[in-house]
Amino acid sequence: MIEVKNIRKSFGDKIVINNVSATMKAGQCNLIIGSSGSGKTVLMKCMVGLFEPDSGEILYNGHSFTEMGVEERTEVRKEIGMLFQGSALFDSQTVEQNVMFPLDMFTKWTQQKKQERVNEVLARVNITDANKKYPAELSGGMKKRVALARAIVLNPKYLFCDEPNSGLDPQTSLVIDKLIQEITKEYNITTVVNTHDMNSVMEIGNYILYMYQGNKEWEGSNKEIIFSKNERLNQFIFASEFLQDAKEMRMLEETGRIPHHRNIGDTPQS
Amino acid sequence: MTIFTDIGQYLLMIKGMFSKPENGKMYWKEFIHQCSEIGIGSLGIVAIISVFIGAVSTIQTAYQLVSPLIPPSTIAQIVRDTVILEFAPTLVCIVLAGVAGSRIASELGNMRVSEQIDALEIMGINTKAYLIMPKIIGSLLMIPLLVVISMALGIWGGRLAGTAAKILSASEYDKGLLEAFRPYNVIFALIKSYFFAFIISSIAAFYGYYVKGGALEIGRASTKAVVVSCILILFADYVLSALLL
Ligand SMILES: Nc1ncnc2c1ncn2[C@@H]1O[C@H](COP(=O)(O)OP(=O)(O)OP(=O)(O)O)[C@@H](O)[C@H]1O
Ligand SMILES: [Mg+2]
Repeated sequence: MIEVKNIRKSFGDKIVINNVSATMKAGQCNLIIGSSGSGKTVLMKCMVGLFEPDSGEILYNGHSFTEMGVEERTEVRKEIGMLFQGSALFDSQTVEQNVMFPLDMFTKWTQQKKQERVNEVLARVNITDANKKYPAELSGGMKKRVALARAIVLNPKYLFCDEPNSGLDPQTSLVIDKLIQEITKEYNITTVVNTHDMNSVMEIGNYILYMYQGNKEWEGSNKEIIFSKNERLNQFIFASEFLQDAKEMRMLEETGRIPHHRNIGDTPQS
Repeated sequence: MTIFTDIGQYLLMIKGMFSKPENGKMYWKEFIHQCSEIGIGSLGIVAIISVFIGAVSTIQTAYQLVSPLIPPSTIAQIVRDTVILEFAPTLVCIVLAGVAGSRIASELGNMRVSEQIDALEIMGINTKAYLIMPKIIGSLLMIPLLVVISMALGIWGGRLAGTAAKILSASEYDKGLLEAFRPYNVIFALIKSYFFAFIISSIAAFYGYYVKGGALEIGRASTKAVVVSCILILFADYVLSALLL
């Protein structure tokens, strides 16, 4: 479990995170959503200590990460896997070496065992036949998936994904969401995902934190989000007509009632 | 003011390098990799420069020594001493600041800008120890080696040019090389090259590691690294000469 308590962060006079608190439980996918520039990446980087928050506290399983010294933080970090928004693959290493790197560094496994594990996670992110390629030879979406493989190769206790499926086609996107959800449940991981993909929100959003210009605007689950009355959230998340329709279908499923302004009888027969 | 914060940050970087390696084997691998990048990677340019410097010194010394009273073997002596004392250590290190230093700065700068350093940090790796230490130790091992090679090639280049221009015969040159030879000069040159190696690698690592911003800044950082290390090399050259000669 990760607790975020009253985090503030500014760059110069620009307040980027303004007093945000959240509780992110283990074994579920915790989503941070919000439009571009709302502070998702900064919040995530504060959570893992890449940025020091100006005030507030981050707790990992009740232990204050903010107050830890370098060595204690290192211990926590060995249990963290993180997928960066820009993938952050080591460009001097092949796909295989990238994914194997954490194993090389932190395990004493045999080469064969490491190789098996690497192939296993690469298969889970749908990367085959690219083992010997360099990151420069991959597409953006492939880089993302290799980076995700690297993040999960050591079975982390905490998984941070900054926009895992931006730049992926809807189908692969779904595979990645499913994978994140599966391993989260399977290993009881505390997973934090930054996204603005509505599909992910509805599919895996056990807990959703909606950021608006650095403030926490709304929080809840994907069950609750369709009934939310928050104007900004509704405008952000159900931006298109299509998504509006999808939302109402989901409401119908959940409650058996359609919102009164819609008349289902008008639907043309086909 | 920024110069003081820079110096402070530089010292903290050096201090931060010392910690127990997470995995000795990986550090060793990185060290060997850096040795080959710095050593093998710069060997060609160092060889070319050294041979030409030796050749030019021979010709210019002969041009200046017109008196018939001075035996031609003296030319070899002078070439030997200038190459060993100044050209091989200082000039080669200034070139290495450009070759190896800018490589170190841009490699680290690129890793910083593309968040690869952050990715390593998140894994729980001390990036100062893992990325910077092998570069500095690799330089401390390889750069003095390059300087020694440069001495030999410089003297050889002088011999080639001297005989080709009929300034002196090969045997006169060899005789001159052994006259009034002071081994201390070689030791002094090696001491200098250790200092220069540390300057080149640590300054380049500092500017690369702390790059802020985008790709444009990487170029700026490596230029700055080269300029600052050249100045520091010349300054250290002066101080060491004043103290040790
Ligand atoms: N290192 C930094 N220095 C100064 N300002 C920054 C820095 N990083 C981010 N910001 C600012 O913080 C704000 C939030 O940025 P952030 O990267 O968190 O957005 P985001 O929600 O992740 O957006 P996106 O969905 O586009 O990734 C932006 O206005 C950005 O300009
Ligand atoms: Mg972002």
